[in-house]
Amino acid sequence: MADEHNMRRVTAIKNGTVIDHIPSGQALKVLELLNLSSDTSVPVSLVMNVPSKKMGAKDIIKVEDRELTQSELDRLALVAPESSIAIIRAYSVAEKLNVNLGEEVRNVVRCTFSNCITQNSREPLPHRLKVTKTDPLTLRCHYCQRPQDLDELIHNLL
Amino acid sequence: MKGLITMDDLTNDDIHSILADAERLLPVARGEMYLPLLQGKILGNLFFEPSTRTRMSFETAMKRLGGDVVNLGDVKTSSVVKGETLFDTIQMVDGYTDIIAMRHPRQGAARYAQDAARVPILNGGDGAGHHPTQTMLDLFTIQQSHGTLEGLTVILAGDLRYGRTVHSLSHALVRFGCRLIFASPDLLRMPAEIVEDLREHGADVTETEDLLGNINQADVVYMTRIQKERFADEDEYAKVAGAYKLHARDLANAKSEMVILHPLPRVDEIHPSVDSTRHARYFEQAFNGVVARMALLCRLLNIEVPAEISGGDA
Repeated sequence: MADEHNMRRVTAIKNGTVIDHIPSGQALKVLELLNLSSDTSVPVSLVMNVPSKKMGAKDIIKVEDRELTQSELDRLALVAPESSIAIIRAYSVAEKLNVNLGEEVRNVVRCTFSNCITQNSREPLPHRLKVTKTDPLTLRCHYCQRPQDLDELIHNLL
Repeated sequence: MKGLITMDDLTNDDIHSILADAERLLPVARGEMYLPLLQGKILGNLFFEPSTRTRMSFETAMKRLGGDVVNLGDVKTSSVVKGETLFDTIQMVDGYTDIIAMRHPRQGAARYAQDAARVPILNGGDGAGHHPTQTMLDLFTIQQSHGTLEGLTVILAGDLRYGRTVHSLSHALVRFGCRLIFASPDLLRMPAEIVEDLREHGADVTETEDLLGNINQADVVYMTRIQKERFADEDEYAKVAGAYKLHARDLANAKSEMVILHPLPRVDEIHPSVDSTRHARYFEQAFNGVVARMALLCRLLNIEVPAEISGGDA
């Protein structure tokens, strides 16, 4: 019941993507990760700090008229690894997707270490962060091997 | 194994067998005989920041084995100053050479170069990152002194924060069950992520600011230089650095077989009075840079070092 009520806090969307089970307070970071905070072409609805049986409290994002791709969604794992995604077509759930960080985050963010070789933006090889642990999420740069500060990393999105 | 970027590229068996190759190559490194195992091979020396020992010992190693060397030369007069990326520099040198030795001020540069190159890369130091060829010569010197790498107590002293030699060496030593004592000023402690890594690998690691009080436990004391520039002012430096200087009189309670190593250059962290004690091994260590690099060049170029090396004249 609680979940249905939460979903109705904003209007149901006809077509688009719903991202549910975002840890409470992380929705703005998710928007940034998905480049939705600067994209003014699509309507986005945001619900924050609503009750959740599973998580205590959670955030929800609805993006209208845009189906986010798996690779876009995989970025979410940086801040919301447990989130669940539904692709909506004609008001029904057409597909359910899960985020998957895999073993490496490639060309999504730049290493946060100021003396890493990848700080030279003209160097052409891909930015590669290795997932060394998933709980808690721990990433290390493939090149300089420095552990990454996740809060700082969010500002280094490519 | 393609290149040697960090010590993780070598298994313990690789390390033992490369050190055994190095041991057999000693007469060649001393110039007592000529063994042109690397004839026709070219080493590219890419030193993007100053180096004396590492660059010269790579060059000597290659030439003692009949190979040749091309140098990047002074970075100030090379294409790097025109803004060439590391990727492009590597693409070019990759075409000219069979193997590359490089040092770069940025951390991760060696791994980056290896991803860009066809030929093997030998990391001669990347920022405050790794320096595995130095580690191999350190291990060679330790094994020469103690007959083993296993289970030793090793003090690493001085600048453990920025000193890349101690980072690579610590990782290697814990793989042989060594007990590590990190003696440094608080400001220059071993980076927390490295200590954490070592402990995750089951290492017995102690951190202390007291070097002299721990010397009696050590089988090896590995000294490094504390640079003035790391401190806010000279008074602070003078206050701290004094505690990380060794004088012959400090060694009275040391184990008789204890050896002192230093990657050199030293400034005043090892007093000349130590040079004539039985503990001093740093000049042998510097010489061992040639033989360790000879063994590594052969390994990465897939050239087998003969099981017996004898006869022939220099």
